[in-house]
Amino acid sequence: MEARRRGATIIHIDPRFTRTSAMANLHVPIRAGTDVAFLGGIVRYILENERYFRDYVVAYTNAATLIKEEFQDTEDLDGLFSGWDPKGGHYDVESWQYEGTSDTVPAAGHKEIFAEKGAGIPRKDRGRDVLDEKKDETLQHPRCVFQLLKRHFARYTPEMVERITGCPQELFLKVAQTLCDNSGRDRTSAFAYAVGWTQHSIGVQYIRTAGIIQLLLGNIGRPGGGIMALRGHASIQGSTDIPTLYNLLPGYLPMPHAEHAPDLAAYIHGNEAATNWWSEFSKYVKSLLKAWWGAAADASNDFCFDYLPKLTGNHAHMVTVKDMADGHVSGYLVVGENPVVGSPNGALQRRGLRRARWLVVRDFQPTETAEFWRTSPEHERGEVRAEEIGTEVFFFPAAAHTEKDGTFTNTQRLLQWHHKAIDPPGDARSDLHFAFHLGRRLKALYADSRERRDEPIQRLTWDYPTEGRHDDPSAEAVLREINGYTVADGKPVSGFTELKADGSTACGCWIYAGCYAEGVNQTARRKSHREQIWVAPDWGWAWPANRRILYNRASADPDGKPWSERKRYVWWDEKALKWTGSDVPDFIVDRPPSYRPNKRAKGLDAIGGNDPFLLQADGKGWLFAPSGMMDGPMPTHYEPQESVVRNLLYKQQCNPARHEFRRRDNRYHRAFDDPRFPLVMSTFRLTEHHTAGGMSRTLPWLSELQPEMFCEISPALARARGVTNGDWATLTTARGMIECRVLVTERMTPLAIDGRRIEQVGVPWHWGAVGRVRGDAANELTAFGEDPNVNIMESKALTCDLVAGRRPRGEAGREAFARLDDALTLDADERRALDEEGLRGAGPPLPEPTQMEPKG
Amino acid sequence: MSATRRSLTLLPRTVRADRIVRSVCPYCAVGCGQLVYVENEQITNIEGDPDSPISEGCLCPKGSATYQLVTGSHRVQQVLYRRPFSTHWETLPLEQAMDMVAERVKETRDATWQDRDEKGQTLNRTLGIAHLGGATLDNEENYLLKKLYTSLGMVQIENQARI
Repeated sequence: MEARRRGATIIHIDPRFTRTSAMANLHVPIRAGTDVAFLGGIVRYILENERYFRDYVVAYTNAATLIKEEFQDTEDLDGLFSGWDPKGGHYDVESWQYEGTSDTVPAAGHKEIFAEKGAGIPRKDRGRDVLDEKKDETLQHPRCVFQLLKRHFARYTPEMVERITGCPQELFLKVAQTLCDNSGRDRTSAFAYAVGWTQHSIGVQYIRTAGIIQLLLGNIGRPGGGIMALRGHASIQGSTDIPTLYNLLPGYLPMPHAEHAPDLAAYIHGNEAATNWWSEFSKYVKSLLKAWWGAAADASNDFCFDYLPKLTGNHAHMVTVKDMADGHVSGYLVVGENPVVGSPNGALQRRGLRRARWLVVRDFQPTETAEFWRTSPEHERGEVRAEEIGTEVFFFPAAAHTEKDGTFTNTQRLLQWHHKAIDPPGDARSDLHFAFHLGRRLKALYADSRERRDEPIQRLTWDYPTEGRHDDPSAEAVLREINGYTVADGKPVSGFTELKADGSTACGCWIYAGCYAEGVNQTARRKSHREQIWVAPDWGWAWPANRRILYNRASADPDGKPWSERKRYVWWDEKALKWTGSDVPDFIVDRPPSYRPNKRAKGLDAIGGNDPFLLQADGKGWLFAPSGMMDGPMPTHYEPQESVVRNLLYKQQCNPARHEFRRRDNRYHRAFDDPRFPLVMSTFRLTEHHTAGGMSRTLPWLSELQPEMFCEISPALARARGVTNGDWATLTTARGMIECRVLVTERMTPLAIDGRRIEQVGVPWHWGAVGRVRGDAANELTAFGEDPNVNIMESKALTCDLVAGRRPRGEAGREAFARLDDALTLDADERRALDEEGLRGAGPPLPEPTQMEPKG
Repeated sequence: MSATRRSLTLLPRTVRADRIVRSVCPYCAVGCGQLVYVENEQITNIEGDPDSPISEGCLCPKGSATYQLVTGSHRVQQVLYRRPFSTHWETLPLEQAMDMVAERVKETRDATWQDRDEKGQTLNRTLGIAHLGGATLDNEENYLLKKLYTSLGMVQIENQARI
């Protein structure tokens, strides 16, 4: 709103007209799950109308780079790229590589090669000869990225956008024109998104499409540009940087895989790049191992690399819960999260909890997850009883943020320290206290062991000073370890460039190095915005190196001069011979714009003076991703796992690389046109509630503001189903059945999709069975199913049905569920029919004629 | 004294506070600044921090309700324990509950430990214990949890970033 006050145009693209739409200049309703078609249409518009920022695109992106001759596009293979392995259900990225390079060009993280078993084959050297890549800076070569992109999106015409998304062509063109008019040397545009873009079976490709648009328009690395993730938890960015995630170690170092990382040398070899910041990989990982195992870790024992547990595949949330439901996971610690309400398929979540032997929940008060053994839809239907559930449950009351010191990392990578104001009440404790004292106890329990497997816990560095009457570990001491220090004198390092690969430095998270520079808690800095420049470098501390805009070298032209006075940000100072500006330059500070690496250059020397994208092997922004993506080098429109229509662009209906969980307790609808589930459903959040409700449905103020579960539907759908505003209705999918009030509103726009009228249902997901205000949980309806890149669920686009009246209870509820089950049980013929259509599992399209040849 | 007259003698809670503590909103990831007012070791008010370059003193409905979040009657102050097959919660002393959880972790870890897979590749892990949650925690908390769990050989560690 501040931006709008200063003259910015705000465009809001959302299936629903919301309070945000009311404040925007333009609201654009589209069918949930079709954003790649919409954004792909913008890419085509930019290319066909030559609206791209040519100087930026040629110098700073891989538009000019040639791709190998073997590469085949979705235009050639009707929805698949070359390299598809139909048996394994994944891509080999070999044919996506740059011409002239013999290895895979590594992307930061390299998950596609190393972290996932069978996801690719490890190569002998990573990006060694990336400087030999072939280029055509006229952008005319048919195999240069620019031309491949043009061909890939050629059929994403305004007509096609309208047929797929339901957005009228004129409205679509207005968005495309406005965006282009507001980009270039003098102006920049930004994208802001939330989980409406991520919770899809092709979620990551949504963001990639926005990335392509922003690179084409020159909106990355410049003030007022970028792509902003509006994330939903105070430190969700921090919990990714310092990950409580299975596939990562702190600072985006991959967890080692049993097959590819038998020892430290193999692990480093597999993950370090020949060029860019990832060429320093061994410094980051050895410093981490030193921070964790201290004096026990040295060169003679691989820095205790052996102590790290090894992955053998996907160990993400949904796989873990499935395994729990099958009796393979005994213990579960749930800390500040409420999966029974917040994760997909609530019934399957609870099935897992019922099979676990013990469960620990830490929160302000017992959540639906803590109460699963006595309060659930299964209890209500009489299917399970507390007396039959053997899970032992511990509920620990947690301290609030006002009762402990520590940092949150906000969505802009900014670490902000919050100070403890008072002690927590009663036996409530911080999670830091819990982790520390649990560790102390386990160290004591294992103290006398002589088993080799117990060495990692015995030798773990765990001597944090404690303070206060509850023996709270010092959060500042932990932050100091995260920052890193020189082992000899314990002095904090001032940045990650000081880290060493010889064991002389320790660092808990290399990208956070510098947050405790000079022994000062930089995250606690709070100089008023009124007393400093607009970039506000003296408020908190942003990783890396207190840099507020990543890749900001791109805010200057190839010669190092600002693209325009209006968008001046970081530039090359000819006199001082260094980069300078309003922000910490994201570049090697004394590397002149004219520097070009020779062909044998390695590591940081391989970064040219005109290569702003320092984390990519070639220093360029990737319009085409030769690696790093499990489901294609360029985004492609696939329909959601469950859709109301066929894919109008390709025979391939859904993302071929998506992960399915085909089991009786996680049934899917037919991929399209399932007569039982004719409506599009999308979940959403309200300003007045927080996620699964554990921090909002217990508060009288917020409960009063949003007291009751509801769904939003159009007047036409309400008429068709015989409900009026405020009535009860029941929503159904193959996973479950929930009831809610209907909010009948013209803000829900029925869309014309390829000549059909499509109705959408908006469902907030905050409610659950306990708390001050209660209601059925939307995630009873959603299914397990993963995007292949980040294992995220698809809750923003699925299908459902809606009928008038409350959901049946007790015996009637049990019968209704049984009927649902019967209706969903496919007989052998139906199963064969679906298999023949290629709609049940991942796999290539079958050669059957399509009657939906696109026009444009 | 009439109510009107008396109101003239009252001081706002923000003025009466013994100290004002700098904080950050615990709800979403925007990171709005908060000021926490403390009087007699009780939080008496929480409001937006006008110095913050992120929020310039603003808070949304959730952020504005933070005072109730941290001081409300919903907050449980004792450890609750539900025995297998029981129909009710019991309370437990904190230290005892911590001991019990440590024992459960050890017992499960030892029973489900994997040294190597069928190909002889090193695993050094347990798939018997899993963790969920992190996006509402501090960085320091996530760090200690990840460090501890990894040393125990746990790999099924996940949080809200996955949903």
